[in-house]
Amino acid sequence: MSVETTTLGILALIAVITLVTVVTRFGGVFLMSFVTINPRIESFINTMASSVLIAIIVPMAFSGDAGSVAALSVTAVIMLATRKPLPAIAAGIAAAGLVRYL
Amino acid sequence: MTNATYPYQLSARKVRAEFIRLLPISLFVVAFGAAFGLAAVQKGLEPLQAILMSTTVFAGASQFAAVDMWGSEVSLIPLIAVVFAINSRHLLMGASLYPMLRDLSPGRRYSLLLLLTDANWAVSAQEYQSGKRNLEVILGGGLVLWVAWIFGTWLGVYFGGLLQNPKTLGLDMVLGCFLLAMALGGKKSPRILVACSIAALSSLAAWKWLPPNTHVVVGALAGGAIGFFWLDKKSERASPDEEGAA
Repeated sequence: MSVETTTLGILALIAVITLVTVVTRFGGVFLMSFVTINPRIESFINTMASSVLIAIIVPMAFSGDAGSVAALSVTAVIMLATRKPLPAIAAGIAAAGLVRYL
Repeated sequence: MTNATYPYQLSARKVRAEFIRLLPISLFVVAFGAAFGLAAVQKGLEPLQAILMSTTVFAGASQFAAVDMWGSEVSLIPLIAVVFAINSRHLLMGASLYPMLRDLSPGRRYSLLLLLTDANWAVSAQEYQSGKRNLEVILGGGLVLWVAWIFGTWLGVYFGGLLQNPKTLGLDMVLGCFLLAMALGGKKSPRILVACSIAALSSLAAWKWLPPNTHVVVGALAGGAIGFFWLDKKSERASPDEEGAA
């Protein structure tokens, strides 16, 4: 099934993308409202939350160029050394720019 | 009455503070938005349509993927599948905030979720791990990120040609670096460390061998499974009868 990209078609497509995205934003919370929160579920939620971050970052590092690897490594080092996110992020971005410029 | 049922009180002062706190990262989001605006008009969207999409969808990666599928016509099922796969991480992100969100009335709860995105979620989830309840960052931080995303898209559709390639400046790595800083910020129990290692390995495996865009959900659920089967001693003592409930 295809939608032509006329003005009306594009508006319909934007509506569809919006709807799908809203379903993902609401869906997890909606399903959780049927789950009793016990220590096991709480434990699942906590390890899952940390794992989301890792599961976004690690493939990003492996699929990226030298610049993205430099950005993530520098961010990690500065963050572990200083515990301050903003300097760590700024240094990471600068590292990506520098590596790509060289 | 309402207070008794939904004890979480959103503090206006804290919402404003979180708005300011995520302002620096939002400046980078403007650059991403501009890149999206430029890509969208190059694929044939009208400027106002691109701005509308950023306003209502507010999920960068999926918007890039969607306009990538643009042509004289767009196949609906593949579009829905790709957008859902990329955004399915929201399901888990929302679920992880549920212990706080259930203390808000359903109206507020779901309104707040409209502003849920990676950066503000990462702050809230990490603070929850260290015992702080912060839904204000979802609202205040979400608002500043949303405005930045729309403003960036506006810049991109009208002045995109004037922009430097954001990649040469390293701007494509802003979100990655931000999420990494968040991941390294919290305190780590052995349980969390094992879960993160499992998540890293399984997300890599999924990225290599499973359909595209499934790696975040696969990795997160694998890490979550560690938590499901390995409970902290402290929480076991807190509720000795949870065996039956689980």
